[in-house]
Amino acid sequence: MAIRTEELLLNVGPQHPSTHGVFRVIVKLDGEVIKEAIPVMGYLHRGTEKLAENLNYTQIIPYTDRLDYVSAMTNNYVLVNTVEKMMQLEIPEKAQFLRLIVMELQRVASHLVWWGTYLLDIGAMSPFLYAFRDREMIINFFNELCGARLTYNYMRVGGVKWDAPEGWIQKIREFVPYMKSKLEEYHTLVSGNEIFLARIKGVGKYDAETAINYGLSGANLRCTGIDYDVRKKDPYCIYDRFEFDVPTHTGGDCYARYLIRMEEISQSLRILEQALEQYPEEGETMGKVPRVLRVPEGELYSSIESPRGEIGCYIISKGKDKPYRLKFKRPSFVNLQILPKLLVGETMTNLITILGGIDIVVGEVDA
Amino acid sequence: MADLLRNEMTLGNFTIFLLLAVVMLLLVLGFVTYAIYFERKVIGWMQLRIGPNRTGPLGLLQSVADVLKLLLKEDTIPAKADRTLFILAPVITFVPSFAVLVAIPYTNWGYFANMNVGVLYYAALSSISTIGVVLGGWASNNKYALLGGMRSAAQMISYEIPLVISMTGIIMVSGTMNIRDIVLNQDGGFWHWNFIPQIIGFVVFIIAAVSELNRTPFDLPEAESELVAGYHVEYSGFRFAFFMLAEYVYVFAIAALTTAMFLGGWHSPLPFLDFVPGIVWFLLKFSSVVFFLFWLRATMPRVRVDQLMGFGWKVLLPLSLVNIFVSALYIELFLR
Repeated sequence: MAIRTEELLLNVGPQHPSTHGVFRVIVKLDGEVIKEAIPVMGYLHRGTEKLAENLNYTQIIPYTDRLDYVSAMTNNYVLVNTVEKMMQLEIPEKAQFLRLIVMELQRVASHLVWWGTYLLDIGAMSPFLYAFRDREMIINFFNELCGARLTYNYMRVGGVKWDAPEGWIQKIREFVPYMKSKLEEYHTLVSGNEIFLARIKGVGKYDAETAINYGLSGANLRCTGIDYDVRKKDPYCIYDRFEFDVPTHTGGDCYARYLIRMEEISQSLRILEQALEQYPEEGETMGKVPRVLRVPEGELYSSIESPRGEIGCYIISKGKDKPYRLKFKRPSFVNLQILPKLLVGETMTNLITILGGIDIVVGEVDA
Repeated sequence: MADLLRNEMTLGNFTIFLLLAVVMLLLVLGFVTYAIYFERKVIGWMQLRIGPNRTGPLGLLQSVADVLKLLLKEDTIPAKADRTLFILAPVITFVPSFAVLVAIPYTNWGYFANMNVGVLYYAALSSISTIGVVLGGWASNNKYALLGGMRSAAQMISYEIPLVISMTGIIMVSGTMNIRDIVLNQDGGFWHWNFIPQIIGFVVFIIAAVSELNRTPFDLPEAESELVAGYHVEYSGFRFAFFMLAEYVYVFAIAALTTAMFLGGWHSPLPFLDFVPGIVWFLLKFSSVVFFLFWLRATMPRVRVDQLMGFGWKVLLPLSLVNIFVSALYIELFLR
């Protein structure tokens, strides 16, 4: 007679060290093999989109900081960019440069957090502290710029709130080569580690068709060989003025996503180098904006490339100073939807590897 | 010492034994206290941190404070846990870890038992600890703890075998299982130490030992990022401290065993350095092994369960068997 076996129902999260916040997966385990995985989200839901309906456009900006709190600058931008497009505002040159510089710095900082925490998920503790040392420098730059370390509230409709303080641009100029050398160091430390490669190669694999069907974006899409980056395909801000590559890979696994994110850091540094060279020292940081922002009646969707993928903002305006309806297309939320499909048949250990590889921020998943 | 063992067991002799055991316990506890401090400092330096530096001068009292804190903590037992086993598990884990220390010779005269089956005794007793880990995982009535316990059982079976077989080469060459005699055989310069002729065995032994210790990259039973804390997730206070204590006592034991088996024990590396007392050499080698174990933790990611199993059975076991074969050839060709 066979021994009676039972499926083990395991709650991973919402309090778990590796679910990157209050995210929960209910997994049915057979031994250590996952039979079924059901993601449960919404623990961090704050109703940002509903709240936005009762706020004027400037008041919404701080709420966007709290969506993807690892990359607040790009969230700021997606909102103000949509409003500016609807109002057809001119943005001063200097403000454009400042926006681009902070967004690319933010991408570096965000990928550093991902790199550190991903290795922490895989069991290596040291890279986390290395990554946070460098991220701390970027955060200090932002702190000097706008007085906040995470929730910047830096951009405004029509420009940016603060001009760069004296010597700030010079500090970034010094930071870029430093970060380049550190990136190389990280590659020598981690990217060749046999255990690390064994853990991520071939794990969480999917093809281009699946990626498109699930609507993935960012590194999760580009790892299947599809060259899609909003910065290239539909240039916003002043991205069309700079030379950079969009890294792609055909592996479709966690290793491909790892390589793409690491390469994106060096591409961001490349953009920064060019932008800092052309940076106009003189000029306005705010364009001509009416005292009360009334967006003309109509609706518009516009998207940008956040570190996690394509983040979009959809605004319906009835001509008032508040949006009639506001919707964020959040890449973390969309990318997460593929998780249950990827997890079936994997082990408990790979759950963490795959979830980490998708790179979610729960603030953005739950909005 | 050796004479004492042969004497009749009188009250006086018994007292001496008891006192020596207490001395040993204190020594080991002292080691554990400062091994934890040392580990935190070393890893701190490797990770751009300072490590403990607030409690006492240079943070030297940090571990003492931690143990005191654990003593004062509420001792919780989950309502649906198996009470008896839950209480028993840390004891079963700790006692063998302390008992194996008897077999290890520290210097030519400093040892507790001169056993003819020292190697076997160590291997046999150290596997008992795993039962405590599995029991703790099972009795906690927690799914994460259960997974951790099961992993530990699987890991123990897979790595105990290469660990023991990797030592077989030395036993064959030395012709004895007595650890003290094995050390005596390595007299006269570092080229006589076992790790050179037994290099395959040495590598297998170190890898299997790290796995036995449940340390990075083989810390699967407690895999923090997956299983939260693994088998001791429900333990608190002093029961938790017992698990931790057992882990560090094993660090002590494995480092001492490696020193004795492979690194020439108390012998000096070069004959003209013989004037330095043996205990100094022993401590130096011992500390290097301990440092190596801590160093690994700051460097390596964690392997996956199936990779761990595959590596144990497909790489380490054949390698250790090859080592036996090579040792046999060596004996046949050079030692006859």
